[in-house]
Amino acid sequence: MSALPDIRSGRLTPEELAENFADLHHPLDRFEARVAAERCLFCYEAPCVTACPTSIDIPLFVRQIATGNPLGAARTILDSNIMGGMCARVCPTETLCEEACVREAAEGKPVEIGLLQRFATDSLFATGRQLFRRGAPTGRHVAVVGAGPAGLACAHRLAVLGHEVTVYEARDKAGGLNEYGIAAYKATGGFAAAEVDYILGVGGITVETGKRLGRDFTLAELTDRFDAVFLGLGLGGVNALGLGDDLAGVEDAVATIAELRQTDNLATLPIGRRVVVIGGGMTAIDIASQAKRLGAEEVTIVYRRGPEQMNASDYEQMVAQTDGVLIRHWLRPARLMATDGRLAGIAFDYVEERDGRLVGTGESLEIACDQLFRAIGQTFLAGDLGAGLIAMEGGRIKVDAERRTSLGAVWAGGDCVAGGEDLTVAAVEDGKQAAISIDRALKAGMARVA
Amino acid sequence: MADLSVRFCGVKSPNPFWLASAPPTDKAYNVVRAYKAGWGGVVWKTLGEDGPPIVNVSGPRYGAIHSQDRRVFGFNNIELITDRPLEVNLREIKEVKRDWPDRALIVSLMVPCTEESWKAILKRVEETEADGIELNFGCPHGMSERGMGAAVGQVPEYVEMVTRWCKQHSRMPVIVKLTPNISDIRKPAEAAKRGGADAVSLINTINSVMGVDLDTLTPWPSTDGMATHGGYCGPAVKPIAMNMVSEIARNPETHGLPISAIGGIETWKDAAEFMTLGAGTVQVCTAAMTYGFKIVQEMITGLSDWMDAKGYASADDFVGAAVPKLTDWQHLNLDYAVKAKIDQDLCIQCGRCHIACEDTSHQAIMKEKDGQRHFEVMEEECVGCNLCAVVCPVDQCITMEPLQAGAIDKRTGLPVGGHRTWLEHPNNPMAQNPRGPAVLEPAE
Repeated sequence: MSALPDIRSGRLTPEELAENFADLHHPLDRFEARVAAERCLFCYEAPCVTACPTSIDIPLFVRQIATGNPLGAARTILDSNIMGGMCARVCPTETLCEEACVREAAEGKPVEIGLLQRFATDSLFATGRQLFRRGAPTGRHVAVVGAGPAGLACAHRLAVLGHEVTVYEARDKAGGLNEYGIAAYKATGGFAAAEVDYILGVGGITVETGKRLGRDFTLAELTDRFDAVFLGLGLGGVNALGLGDDLAGVEDAVATIAELRQTDNLATLPIGRRVVVIGGGMTAIDIASQAKRLGAEEVTIVYRRGPEQMNASDYEQMVAQTDGVLIRHWLRPARLMATDGRLAGIAFDYVEERDGRLVGTGESLEIACDQLFRAIGQTFLAGDLGAGLIAMEGGRIKVDAERRTSLGAVWAGGDCVAGGEDLTVAAVEDGKQAAISIDRALKAGMARVA
Repeated sequence: MADLSVRFCGVKSPNPFWLASAPPTDKAYNVVRAYKAGWGGVVWKTLGEDGPPIVNVSGPRYGAIHSQDRRVFGFNNIELITDRPLEVNLREIKEVKRDWPDRALIVSLMVPCTEESWKAILKRVEETEADGIELNFGCPHGMSERGMGAAVGQVPEYVEMVTRWCKQHSRMPVIVKLTPNISDIRKPAEAAKRGGADAVSLINTINSVMGVDLDTLTPWPSTDGMATHGGYCGPAVKPIAMNMVSEIARNPETHGLPISAIGGIETWKDAAEFMTLGAGTVQVCTAAMTYGFKIVQEMITGLSDWMDAKGYASADDFVGAAVPKLTDWQHLNLDYAVKAKIDQDLCIQCGRCHIACEDTSHQAIMKEKDGQRHFEVMEEECVGCNLCAVVCPVDQCITMEPLQAGAIDKRTGLPVGGHRTWLEHPNNPMAQNPRGPAVLEPAE
């Protein structure tokens, strides 16, 4: 085992880094888009639409592209999903619309819906045209907590419906995980920020950054001051390995991914020569691939169960493997190994599943590494809400089909609610549905007043 | 190996694949390349009378309808007849025929509608020892404005008159090329036959405007901001051409008159289809202009392999074989019935059959079963129209299954398997000898 941990920055040249962190997908040009669009069969009650959490009318927008009307296509997309641009980049389409595409069933090659959606939305953003206008002011004022996908989608729909919105965001920038959590090569060129600007361009939305619920204001203050409140909070907590996580060389994947997104110079980010990632979800894939792209020589994802149980889609796994990441299964972290107070490796127990439980087989494995990333899930920090105010379920906020919480005039959506899918597109749908419900409630209230 | 050679109104050709009179046959250079590639014959691009040559536009001469991936579905042109001097063409024709004696070489002609004009050019063409002539009565643009081309082809009396002149003043076989821009193709064909034509060829191109530029609001192809109609051809016109060819083939007045078929022929299959409808040779232009002359290799091998597979020794074994199976609507059997059947293993659940039937036809395809997405034909509603099979994206997923003789058609409640045409049908007030039960209005 190597004695000296090797973690340093600048493993690759600026050119190599630029290439490694360029757009993951080559965007379609106009001709490619029309050829790809031509493959759509314009299905009746199309399965792809059913599979889309935001129910974008995919056959319609694809046909609009095929007929040379990409801006019309963009309108169709954004009417259902105001973050259609980002979703085109980050949606696991292979488990959503493209998996449902009948051409996937027919020939194993679905219509490239994600790339077509990106073509349409990119075409719109290139024109700078604003498709949405704030509705006639209703005089109602709604507070949105969290400027992530759920909060922004909610705020946008509320503004279109004529309500005034104030968004409180704990971080310095709006965008949530789109800004801080997506792998850099999935949202290049400042796209997340540009999309936020487009959304806010509708008017009627004020974003106050650096304002955190539970620290700078309370939920009770919001319900006092506003006609309605939408909670679009993220997951503030990170699960620990419980093996002495404060050892130097043990890092949190979520924080590192955020650093990767926010840095002006990738060459300044330190990365280990040999990296181990613990976890089986998208976060594990994203940090592993990006570690490799920063110049790590060996990157191993270790997951305690089998390939089928991994939350990361087959496609995401393939991206990581193509980057040279090794994915190992059925290994449970047992202890960290240290040299001179720094991480030197990690020991695993081989496990198998018996009656739904993981049981050690008695064998073990040591993997030497310089750096280890935890990507074993995030938790909702409910304490910020104020004790006992809102009904919870499994550690997250309980909501009904309209995203109403147990507390009057408070709605919630996105990662902070129970039963969610932890996807951008699902968060957008939560925000949209909540806005529709809030609007209905406020207008009913107005009618009563009148 | 099947024998692909044909003898078409006396002209021998090693295979039935000819290049039509058009840009690909404008000069010796192209024609020799075509022969080298394997084409059995060519119809030399139309010659006009001696004198100053024709002038073509130098703006676009061609336009096309494309698929999204730029396949050419339909094609049009506004090019005129040859713009090279008559003498040059005649000299080249003579040389080419001398060098390629086994290939068919037909010369297309178009001169003003006077006997003297035709007499003059016929003599000069005869001297080239070309195998025959084709009278261009079809060119739909430019020349027709000058009283030639389609202007002749649209008047059966002129067709007959000019054909007769050509037969009188020449020993060469005369093929009359017909325009489709006419309401009944049988009339000019009959006229050609009366005039003594050895054969007809069709179709020439169809009057067409290919599109309008929605930025400039100019139809296209356009020349210096102005457009004119052109002649439409390519795969899109094939069904129209097949109808016209078969109309002539099954018309008692013209039955047996040799036909050289033209119109959207791209593959051996297209050629074979036209030949079963009565064509002795086929002429190709758009496909060659799209892909080059090499396509003839696919056509030769494809036709030969098909003939071998079917046991046809020569073209005589199948030319016209499909003609007896083409009839007027009134002779179709109204006691025959098919029902659409969806192969559930092949179905990919796109639902196009359902929505097409539901929105535009007979509401005969269910969209769910036991709460699941499921597409199945309801026989009591299905009229066997074939729309579902047409719109289905999966080959052979939806088939039209004939009801067995004696079975009851669940839609009409009547037995099938008899044979009544409209002429014997009790619902026909004009029927001479009506038989069997009438078809009643649906209960609703």
